[in-house]
Amino acid sequence: MMTETQSMAAPSAVLERQKRAKFRRNMFYLALIVVGLVAPFLAYPVFLMKVLCFALFACAFNLLLGYAGLLSFGHAAFLATGGYVTGYLLASYPGLTPELGIIAGTLLATLLGVLFGVLSIRRQGIYFAMVTLAIAQLVYFMFVQAPFTGGEDGLHGVPRGELFGFISLSSNLAMYYFVFAIFIFGFALIQRTVHSPFGQVLKAIRENEPRAVSLGYNADAYKLVAFVISAGLAGLAGSTKTVVFQLASLTDAHWHMSGEVILMTLLGGVGTLLGPLMGAGIVVSLQHILAQSPLGNWVSVILGIIFVICVLSFRSGIVGELDKMYRKNFK
Amino acid sequence: MTMIFGVPLAVFMGQLTLGLVNGAFYALLSLGLAVIFGLLKIVNFAHGAQYMLGAFAALLGFRYLGINYWLALFLVPLVVGAFGVLLERFLLRRIAHLDHLYGLLLTFGLALIFEGTLVNFFGVSGARYATPEILQGGLNLGFMFLPTYRAWVLVAALAMCLFTWFMIERTRLGAYLRAGTENSQLMQAFGVNVPLLITLTYGFGVALAAFAGVLAAPLYPVSPTMGSSLLIVVFAVVVIGGMGSILGAIITGLAMGIIEGLTKVYYPEASNTVIFFVMILVLMLRPVGLFGKEA
Repeated sequence: MMTETQSMAAPSAVLERQKRAKFRRNMFYLALIVVGLVAPFLAYPVFLMKVLCFALFACAFNLLLGYAGLLSFGHAAFLATGGYVTGYLLASYPGLTPELGIIAGTLLATLLGVLFGVLSIRRQGIYFAMVTLAIAQLVYFMFVQAPFTGGEDGLHGVPRGELFGFISLSSNLAMYYFVFAIFIFGFALIQRTVHSPFGQVLKAIRENEPRAVSLGYNADAYKLVAFVISAGLAGLAGSTKTVVFQLASLTDAHWHMSGEVILMTLLGGVGTLLGPLMGAGIVVSLQHILAQSPLGNWVSVILGIIFVICVLSFRSGIVGELDKMYRKNFK
Repeated sequence: MTMIFGVPLAVFMGQLTLGLVNGAFYALLSLGLAVIFGLLKIVNFAHGAQYMLGAFAALLGFRYLGINYWLALFLVPLVVGAFGVLLERFLLRRIAHLDHLYGLLLTFGLALIFEGTLVNFFGVSGARYATPEILQGGLNLGFMFLPTYRAWVLVAALAMCLFTWFMIERTRLGAYLRAGTENSQLMQAFGVNVPLLITLTYGFGVALAAFAGVLAAPLYPVSPTMGSSLLIVVFAVVVIGGMGSILGAIITGLAMGIIEGLTKVYYPEASNTVIFFVMILVLMLRPVGLFGKEA
C-alpha cells in the first residue's frame, strides 16, 4: 500500500545517501531504545507493558499487511494461542521458568500459523481476509470448548515466576525490562526481515504478483514464510501479555481483537516500521482514558468512527503522513 | 418408533428443519453479499449489522409505532435499504477507486458503530418479538411436528431468493447488473448510469439483509450482536460456494444449514464449527469454491 521510490542517480551517490540514511535510522533507533529504558520512571510500567505487547502484535500484523499485502482478519487466533499455551503451562507446572513458557507459546502459535497459512494463501484478496476470519472463529470455538482454557472464565493467577530461574519478575520494573527486551527482539527481527532480500521480494509480490512469479519467484512460499513469521510474533506478543497480566481470556481470541490490530496498524501507518508502535500506543491509551470517562461504554463506537475516518481520509496513517510531509518539505 | 441411525425420526426431522431454516438465512445473506460483491467488488462487512438493524427496526416499529409483522416485512427492507443507499452514496463511493480491501475495512468500522450504538441503548441480552398470530402453532405431519413459523420462514426466504434470481437473470435491470459485473466501464460508455446502478445494487443487497432480519426477529432473540457471529459463518459459506453464481449461493447456503442440523443430531459438540471444517476441506480440494469460476 506504500511504495518506495528510488532515483537513478550515480551509484556512488546512491551508496553515499543510503549510508547516511542508514546512519540516521540507527541513531533514531538508539534514541527510541533510550526512551524505552527511561519510560518506566515517567509512566506507569503496567500501562507501558500493555502498549509494548500490543505494539509487537501490531508490528507482526503489519509485516503481513504492509509488506506482503495480505489482510489477515484472524490474527487474534495467534495472540490467544500464545497466551493460552503459556498461561496453561506456567499455571500447571510451577517449576517452569517464564521464558520457557513464552517460547512454548510462541512455538505453538507459529505451528498454528503454518496450518493457517497453508490453507489461507490458497485464496487472495478479500477471500484471504474471509478465510482467515473463519478459521480464527473456528479456533475461538475450540478455545470455548477446550478443557484447559477455563472456557468463559479464562485462566487466572498465572504466576510470573523467575526469569531464567533467578530473576524475580514480581516487580513491575523487572517485568517491564523483560517485556522491553522481547519487544526489541521482535521489532529487530521484523526490521531485518523487511530490509533483507526476502523483504524486497515480498514487496515485489505485493506490488505485482504475476510479474514476481514470471521472474521465477515462488510467490506462495514467500507469502507462507511471511505469514508464519507474523503468526509467531503475534503468538510471542500473546504469551508475553499473559505473563504480564497473569491471565488469558477469550477476549484475545475474539474477532474484535483481530479488528483492533488492523485499526492500530492503519492508524499508525500501514507499511511503516514505526506506525504500528504509534497506533498501538494511541489505541491502548484511548481505551485506557475512555474506560475511566463517562464514555466508557462507547469505546467500540469510537474505534469504529476512527476506523471510518482512517479509511476515508487518512489512509497513510500518522507515520505515513509525517513521512510524506518530511519528504515534501525537507528533501 | 422409526429410527434413523439410532435417532428417533421426529428428532431427526426436527433438527433437519432447524438446519434448513438456518440454511435459508445463510442463503439470503450470502446472496446479498454476492450481489454487492458482483458489482462493487467489496465484501460488505456491515451485512451482519444490517441484518440486525432489520430485526431491530421490526421490533421498534412494533413497540413504538404499532407496525405489525406483515407491514414490517415490506417496510423495513425499504427503510434499511434506503439507509444503505445513503451509505453507498456518501461513504463507499468515495473509496470506490481504491484497493477493495478498503471497502472491507470501511464496512467493518460501520459494523462496529452500529453494533456498539445499539448495545448502549438496548444491552446485549436480546428482546423477544412476538410471532404473528396466524403463524403460531404448528402442523402435525404424522411423522413430525412442523412449527408453522419455521415453515413460513423457509417459504418466504426461498421465494425471496427466487425473486432475486429472477430479477438478475430475467429482467432488463438484471441484465445491466450482470453486464456491469463483467465490465462496468464499457457499460458506462454505452450510456448506462453505472454510479446509480451501483448505489441501487448496494441498497438492494442491504434490503435483502434487512428482510432476513425481519424474518429472524420472531425466531431468535433480537440483540445488537445477533448479526456478527452469523456473518462469520456466512463468510465461510461464501468461501465454500464461491461468489460466482446466484443459484450457487442459494444451494450452498441450504446445504450448509442441513449439514449443521445433522451435526447437531449426531455430534452436537461440533455443530458450531462444522461449517468451518467444510470450508477447510473445500479450500484443500477445490480452492475456488464449489461454484467459483476464477482462474
